[in-house]
Amino acid sequence: MSKILIIAEHDGDTLNPGTAKAVSCAQAIGGDIDILVLGEDITEVATQAAAIDGVTTVHATSAAHLAAPLAANWAAEIAAAADGYSHVLAPSSTFGKDVLPRAAALLGVNMVSDIAAVDGERSFKRPVYAGNAIAEVSVPDGDTVVATARTASWPAAKEGGSATVNERPAASEDAGHTRYVGLESGGGDRPDLQTARIVLSGGRAFGSAENFEQLYTVADKLKAGVGASRAAVDAGYVPNDMQVGQTGKIIAPELYMAFGISGAIQHITGIKDAGTIVAVNKDADAPIFEIADIGLVADLFTVLPELEQQLG
Amino acid sequence: MKILVGIKRVVDYNVRVRVRSDGSGVETDGVKMSINPFDEIALEEALRIKEAGNAEEVIVASIGSNACEQQLRTGLAMGADRAIRVDHDGPLQPLSVAKAFLGLVEREEPGLVILGKQAIDDDNNQTGQMLAALWGRPQATFASKIVLDGGSATVTREVDAGLETITVDLPAVVTTDLRLNEPRFVKLPDIMKAKRKPLDVVPLADLGGEAGHDLAYGNFAPPPKRERGIMVEDTAALVAELKNRGLL
Ligand SMILES: Cc1cc2nc3c(=O)[nH]c(=O)nc-3n(C[C@H](O)[C@H](O)[C@H](O)COP(=O)(O)OP(=O)(O)OC[C@H]3O[C@@H](n4cnc5c(N)ncnc54)[C@H](O)[C@@H]3O)c2cc1C
Ligand SMILES: Nc1ncnc2c1ncn2[C@@H]1O[C@H](COP(=O)(O)O)[C@@H](O)[C@H]1O
Repeated sequence: MSKILIIAEHDGDTLNPGTAKAVSCAQAIGGDIDILVLGEDITEVATQAAAIDGVTTVHATSAAHLAAPLAANWAAEIAAAADGYSHVLAPSSTFGKDVLPRAAALLGVNMVSDIAAVDGERSFKRPVYAGNAIAEVSVPDGDTVVATARTASWPAAKEGGSATVNERPAASEDAGHTRYVGLESGGGDRPDLQTARIVLSGGRAFGSAENFEQLYTVADKLKAGVGASRAAVDAGYVPNDMQVGQTGKIIAPELYMAFGISGAIQHITGIKDAGTIVAVNKDADAPIFEIADIGLVADLFTVLPELEQQLG
Repeated sequence: MKILVGIKRVVDYNVRVRVRSDGSGVETDGVKMSINPFDEIALEEALRIKEAGNAEEVIVASIGSNACEQQLRTGLAMGADRAIRVDHDGPLQPLSVAKAFLGLVEREEPGLVILGKQAIDDDNNQTGQMLAALWGRPQATFASKIVLDGGSATVTREVDAGLETITVDLPAVVTTDLRLNEPRFVKLPDIMKAKRKPLDVVPLADLGGEAGHDLAYGNFAPPPKRERGIMVEDTAALVAELKNRGLL
């Protein structure tokens, strides 16, 4: 039977929802599911992890050199903790993408990025070529399965579990060559892009950071998260953590509304799993209309104030 | 210091990729091939570091068949000093690529290795991290800013929560994100000059050979298609439609 270890993603206080999504992926694989929480003073995070349904044991390792999620330190600890496990999983966030390949190499195995579906204990489906193809891939017998779970493909596992928390000492030491300086977060207190039920996104068409305010106003009425195209980020209208797409965030809200976004393949990749896609664009031939469930050919600077009014 | 830059030959990002009808992969016959966009950014950054006087030599390396020499020549035309092609036919998975780069690192002893954060064909996003692990050196992935300071580099990283900054001792592996820089255009005289720059070919086996532990790739299928939906007339109709569908 599979024994699956999931690496918890957290900010020191709160477990990231990606962790519970990786648990869903593990449930599809089947077997015993444990979670590894690394960090410093992580009792609270370990308690949150233990509350995820379907988890047997939470291993919690607190050490000063693990305080920030530095791949150089975390990967060594993960590789040591992987002993006895058939699978090691993490969410395919920037965190999982940074840390897990390093751990896989320490374990001497290749790694499966972005599991979108599970076909068997060692067989999966994953998107390649910006989601233009879905490939079947399997891990050779004898190798530990090291993989990230594509967060847009898996619902968060429910709460209601009561796993045992097992505190254990670090097996690794500080690599010494990598130092954490700090984190500057871009977004304010709007709903997280990756978990929001509704997401509104803006593109190059906004023309300035000030004009983006109009999108924020409507988003706040809908309690929506706010995203952007790469063009809008590159132009400096919004911070990088708002980018949606192949090289930004891959999201699956119930409702996605794109304003002034043309619909480049790299952008569409990030929203393919959304429930309903709405596009507002003044060009009737914009490619985004080919995949939009509801399209409106109009000037966004007319539509946004109208939306603000009509949403009361 | 030397800087080693990875250059992968991939299907150009503007190509509409199609899955072969027999499911054996994606159609690459007659398709435009280019330098992986993240690798162009990696090379641009290496060139800027050299131009700022912080490196003496920029080496571009590609692992693949002789077709890759086209992309290496483009790299030389952009300004790299020399190129190395590690000869191998057929696909290679990140662990094998990382082992080949480790072999190059042992030969060339670069102070910095800059790779792309991901190759836009397989979208693996693994090779730099694996190389750093095998080499036992720091990694700074998804870089949007690199500041060199003697024996270390302070790197700003694009992470889900915003911008993270870390300091790594050199030598180190950095992988690039899109906002690190805007790559320069190649000028015609540079293409001529690039023809005279050295391009060495090394057999993969000389660098430690293939790693094994390959994942087995099976069928490739097109993704589920999203269909074109309805068009509405105005904002009021849009709001009505969303309410009708229970979305607002
Ligand atoms: C390797 C690589 C990775 C990439 N990754 C991403 C990614 O992750 N995410 C991403 O988004 N892009 C990504 N891109 C970039 C992508 O190819 C496009 O360039 C980008 O998505 C375009 O952004 P846009 O739609 O805002 O701008 P444009 O393509 O310029 O579109 C602007 C649209 O706004 C419309 N418009 C203009 N004015 C108005 C108005 N007043 N009212 C209504 N509509 C208006 C126009 O008709 C047009 O359709 C990537 C590119 C590469 C090469
Ligand atoms: N065959 C290759 N030749 C040269 N560089 C490569 C090759 N494969 C991967 N790389 C480098 O590794 C980066 C990440 O690739 P990947 O891990 O496959 O997504 C790429 O952007 C390249 O810089």
